[in-house]
Amino acid sequence: MKEMISTDKLVFEYIRRDEEGNVEGITRAVDEVDLRVKQGQFIAILGHNGSGKSTLAKHFNALLFPTEGEVYIDGMLTDKEENLWEIRQEAGMVFQNPDNQIIGQVVEEDVGFGPENMGVPTEEIWERVDESLKAVRMDKFRKSSPNHLSGGQKQRVSIAGVIAMHPKCIIMDEPTAMLDPNGRREVIRAARALNQVEGITVILITHYMEEVVDADRVFVMDKGRIVMEGTPRQVFSQVEKLKELRLGVPQVTMLAYELRKSGLPIPDPILSRKELVEALKACR
Amino acid sequence: MLRDITLGQYYRADSVIHRLDPRVKIVATFAFIISLFIVKNFIGYLIAGLFLAVCIRLSQVPPRFIFRGMKTIFFLLIITMVFNLFLTAGEPIFTFWKFQITKEGIKLAAMMGIRLVFLITGSSLMTLTTTPNNLTDGLESLLGPLKKVRVPVHEISMMMSIALRFIPILMEETDKIMKAQMARGADFESGSIINRAKNLVPLLVPLFISAFRRANDLAMAMEARCYRGGEGRTKMKPLIYKKRDFIAYLVIVLYLVLIVVMGRILFR
Repeated sequence: MKEMISTDKLVFEYIRRDEEGNVEGITRAVDEVDLRVKQGQFIAILGHNGSGKSTLAKHFNALLFPTEGEVYIDGMLTDKEENLWEIRQEAGMVFQNPDNQIIGQVVEEDVGFGPENMGVPTEEIWERVDESLKAVRMDKFRKSSPNHLSGGQKQRVSIAGVIAMHPKCIIMDEPTAMLDPNGRREVIRAARALNQVEGITVILITHYMEEVVDADRVFVMDKGRIVMEGTPRQVFSQVEKLKELRLGVPQVTMLAYELRKSGLPIPDPILSRKELVEALKACR
Repeated sequence: MLRDITLGQYYRADSVIHRLDPRVKIVATFAFIISLFIVKNFIGYLIAGLFLAVCIRLSQVPPRFIFRGMKTIFFLLIITMVFNLFLTAGEPIFTFWKFQITKEGIKLAAMMGIRLVFLITGSSLMTLTTTPNNLTDGLESLLGPLKKVRVPVHEISMMMSIALRFIPILMEETDKIMKAQMARGADFESGSIINRAKNLVPLLVPLFISAFRRANDLAMAMEARCYRGGEGRTKMKPLIYKKRDFIAYLVIVLYLVLIVVMGRILFR
């Protein structure tokens, strides 16, 4: 399969300056990250606040450029000026705060914003807006003002806005952080549908463990480095290590882990309620 | 709720006037305002008044919405009329102490009054029947030729529409910050004006910081969606003149001709 994203010893440094502009200190937000994402995968990047995961994500959309190392999106080097707009079209981005990324005053106008910028002809914009709103099941709200929508609905509109640009890959930077549990479920469901139905590569950045159990691959970041990598099953079997990184595991996994520690013969690891029920049945 | 505030004062209806192209409405409003300054006699005002009345009738906007806008200029109206009434030189009709009312004064005051009322009514009819969005689109398109002299027309209209989108959000935020500060003992309601202004500082600082942060986020989100200015951009809802818009232009031209001709005939 083709490689959608690949980074090669990616380093990014924030330079802090004092009032005169002298360098006060350098913070290494991303530290020699090597990462490969294949087309069509559902990837999750985990990490607590300040682990560099958002900084890393902004490299995938050419919003930030590496201090050292290289980033390739669909074979295109992000540093090159001429690749910039193609990269931004191919790799769409959804941000954390739903209010700060909606530009239009009407839902359908916001979804049309991306295609308008790309210079898509008017009729095609309408087709794209229709299909994108249907894909996130927001077509009922197309004439509403974004101010009247819930957080989850606004985030789905943002996703539709990205889909309308026909990307190959969507990067979601903590899209659920400001939402209630209901909104969170809506957004994750929309993301998964995109991945499975449309075959769009999804990169989900989050600190909610429950959202990553269905991912194809999980990367765990800490202090700018990738410290764990593997399938959710491989990653969540290392409960102790995750705890050290101040990250939790899904509640069911935690319960299974504690039960195992107190002597029940439960296989390792458990990722869903169903698996736990099966395992407990086997214990009888 | 704050989220429900309507900007400008758009009145939702489905009338001929509502469906007109925003450019037509902007041009018509300008033409109407100019006509008010050409007119020098009451017959001219009668024509302007009739024209306005027909437009209001066609727009299906209830008159009380239109006259609501008058409240804000009520004092201006009174002051203008009083000054014109007393300070115009001419043939005196009525004198007491140092003041005198002249025939010319009465005429001028009445004309000024009618002119102001018509001006406000005409322009509020435009804002009542056009969404702010359409208005910015119309302005962008009408000011298009200015791009040649390097006026950033697209950018200005983009800024206007972003401002319109964020006003309700920032209003809500102001409300939230105010409540948070009040919960910690801030007082926004009592004291002298200077004190009250001083008390607003703890409200304005967080509001500004948050507005800057939002601006930063929004700029990044726009860039991520390939925004790079007006160049090479297509429109989802392009403004296209329809038959009714040409008819409207024709009506405006006829109206202007009528106003000018009436003025000429009566002043000969």
